[in-house]
Amino acid sequence: MVLKVFFPTCCTSAESGLLVGRWVPEQSSAVVLAVVHFPFIPIQVKELLARVQQAGRVGLAVLGTWCHCRLQEPEEGLGRFLEGLGAIFTHEPWLQLCRERGGSVWSCKALGWPMSPGAPSPAPVMLIFYDQRHVLLSQLHTPATLPDPQAGDAPPSVGGLAAVFDTVARSELLFRSDRFHEGPVQLSHWQSEGIEASILVELAKQASGPTCLMLSFLLSLLSAVGACRLFRLWPLPFICSKLSTCEQARHRLGHLTFLFSPRKAESPVQLMRKVNVFFSLLLDVALGLALLAWLRAENCIGQLADALVPVADCVAEELQHLLQWLMGAPAGLKMNRALDQVLGRFFLYHIHLWISYIHLMSPFVEGILWHVGLSACLGLTVALSLLSDIIALLTFHIYCFYVYGARLYCLKIHGLSSLWRLFRGKKWNVLRQRVDSCSYDLDQLFIGTLLFTILVFLLPTIALYYLVFTLLRLLVVAVQGSLHLLIDLINSLPLYSVGLRLCRPYRLAAGVKFRVLDHEAGKPLRLLMQMPPEQALSPS
Amino acid sequence: MEDERVFSDICGGRLALQRRHYSPSCREFCLSCPRLSLRSLTAVTCSVWLAAYALFTLFENSVILSAAIFITLLGLLGYLHFVKIDQETLLIIDSLGIQLTSSYASGKESTTFIEMGKVKDIIINEAIYMDPLEPHGISQVVPVFQNAKPRLDCLIEVYRSCQEILAHRKATSTSP
Repeated sequence: MVLKVFFPTCCTSAESGLLVGRWVPEQSSAVVLAVVHFPFIPIQVKELLARVQQAGRVGLAVLGTWCHCRLQEPEEGLGRFLEGLGAIFTHEPWLQLCRERGGSVWSCKALGWPMSPGAPSPAPVMLIFYDQRHVLLSQLHTPATLPDPQAGDAPPSVGGLAAVFDTVARSELLFRSDRFHEGPVQLSHWQSEGIEASILVELAKQASGPTCLMLSFLLSLLSAVGACRLFRLWPLPFICSKLSTCEQARHRLGHLTFLFSPRKAESPVQLMRKVNVFFSLLLDVALGLALLAWLRAENCIGQLADALVPVADCVAEELQHLLQWLMGAPAGLKMNRALDQVLGRFFLYHIHLWISYIHLMSPFVEGILWHVGLSACLGLTVALSLLSDIIALLTFHIYCFYVYGARLYCLKIHGLSSLWRLFRGKKWNVLRQRVDSCSYDLDQLFIGTLLFTILVFLLPTIALYYLVFTLLRLLVVAVQGSLHLLIDLINSLPLYSVGLRLCRPYRLAAGVKFRVLDHEAGKPLRLLMQMPPEQALSPS
Repeated sequence: MEDERVFSDICGGRLALQRRHYSPSCREFCLSCPRLSLRSLTAVTCSVWLAAYALFTLFENSVILSAAIFITLLGLLGYLHFVKIDQETLLIIDSLGIQLTSSYASGKESTTFIEMGKVKDIIINEAIYMDPLEPHGISQVVPVFQNAKPRLDCLIEVYRSCQEILAHRKATSTSP
C-alpha cells in the first residue's frame, strides 16, 4: 500500500530537524504537524509530546527527520547525524524527507515500510502538502471532522481525511509556542512567526462572561413580567395574537435570550447561528436609528400627522363613491333595487361612523406617531410591524365590510344549495354526512321553491358586493404582506455567513481538492490539498 | 507519461482524451469538449439583434436597443460561467480517492472528491434502476463525464485504466 505523508506547506522552507506528528496505521498515513529544530534535548521533546498528547488526546510521536539542503551538494555529516537520531527516537516506519538542490528536488525514504515482508520494496511514498491554517479553521462546515469535546478517553475512530483534520484540530497546544517564545524546544509550524490573536476578540471573550450573566438576568425578569397572570385575562391574549408588534417583540426577546444565554455554544453550527442572530439584531437597530435620524431631520412626523387625517378622509370619500356606484347600475348590471339600497345605506352609515372616530382621534395622532417613531430605536422590524398594525387599524372598516359581505354571501350559498336539494327532492343527512332522498309535503315544496327563486334573483347583487369588498381586502392584505416579508428578511438574513463566504471562504469549506504538482520519474508523487469554498451558485 | 487520443461524443462532436500517468497509483483522464463555435454565437447574436431592431421600429424607443446589448452581454457571460463546460477531469489516486473536476469556459472549476473508502466500484452501466431499499449498501450512484458524453470506446479506455488501479489496491489491501 502507498505510504501517504501529509506535510504542512509552512514547513517546506524550514531548517533541518525532526518531524513531529501522528501516524495513522489504518490509512498508512503520517500527518506531520511541526518540525523540531536543532539544538534540542531528546528528553524535553518527549515531554512536550506527552503534554500535547494529554491535552488533546491524540497520539503524537517523532516520525522521522527533515533535511533541507540549500547548497548544491548535501552535507555528509548532517546525513550521518540524522541517521543516528533514528536510534534515539524509535518509530516504525521512520521517515527521511529531504529537499535538496535549491528546493526543487524532493526525496522521501521510509525505513521499516512496508510492514509486510511479502510486498515489493522500495514502497511508493506520496507527499501531500496541506495548509495548516486552512485545515484548522475550516472545521466549521465539514461535517465528518467535528472534534467531539464530550468524547470519552478514547476518541472515536474517524476514517479517511477526517483523521487528518481531527489530528490538526486536537494538537492546538503544539501550535502555541512561536519562535519568540524562550522555550527548550524550537518548533516550526503555521504560527511559528507569531501566534495569531486579536485583542478585540480576547477583550470580548473576557467581557462576555459577566455581560451575558447580567443581560440574561434582565431578560428573565422581562419574560417573567410578560408571563404574569394579569396578561392572561381575556381579551388581552386575543388582541396580542392579532397584533404583529407583539409577535415581533416576542420573537426578538427569544433571540436575545438565545444570544445571551450563559451556556457556551455546543457546536460550531450553533456558534454560527448565535453570531448570525447578533449581526441581524445589530443591523436592525442600526437601520432603526437611521430611520429615526431621517425622520427627525426631515420633520416627517409632523408632515405625516398633518397628512394622515385628510388621507383617511379621502379614502372614506372614495369608498362612498364606490358605494354610490354599486347602488346605481355598476358595469351595466341590473341590481335588485331594494336590497341594493339597504346594503348601500348600511355600509354608508359605517363609513360615516368611521370618519367621526378619525376626527375624534385627530389631536392625538401626532403624539402616537412620535411614539411609533421612537420605537424604531428597538429596531427597524419593530417600527415596520407597528406600521403594519397601524395600517390594519386604519383599514378596519374595509375589514368589517369584507366580513359582512362574506357572511351574507356564505349564508346565501348555503341557502341556495339546501333549497336546490329540496327542489330536486333530496336532503342533506347530517348523521350519515351525505345527500339522501326525502319526500316533502306540498306546502314545504311550495315555500321552498319560492325562497329558492328569491335567493337566485338576489344572487348577483350580493355576489357583486362580495367581490368588490374582497378585492379591497386583498389589496390591504398585499400591502401588509409585503411589510411582513421585509420584516422576515431582516430577521433571518444570515449576515455573518455571507460575510465569511466573501472574506474568508476557507472557513466555509465544503470538501477537499487535490492538485498534482510537478512530477518526475523516480521521485515521490507530490499533491497539494486545498479547501475550496462551497459552490453556492453552481448548477449540479 | 502523457498521451492524447481523439474520440467522438454521442452527438458526433470531437472529444480529446488526455491521459496522464503520474505514477502506478495515480492517473488523470482529461476530456476536452468542443469549444464554443463562432457560427452558433453569431447566429444567436444576430437573432437577438434582429428581434430588438424589429421591436425598435415598432415602438421607437431606444431603450430597447440598450436592453438588447445588456441582454446579449449578460447572457454570454452567464452562459460561459454557468453552462459551457470546457474540460472534465477524472483524477484517481490510489488509497486517497477519486476527484471529478469540471472546468467552465470562464475558468471556474467545480470539484467533487470521493474518498476511496466510500468507493465500492467503478462500472459502465447502461441503465440504472434505483430500488427504494438500498441494494448492497450502495447509497449513491455518481455519473462521470456527464457533460462531455463520450461514446463507449472512450469509456472503455478509462474503465480499463481505473480497474487496473482498483485491482492493485485490492491486491495490496488484502495482503497481510
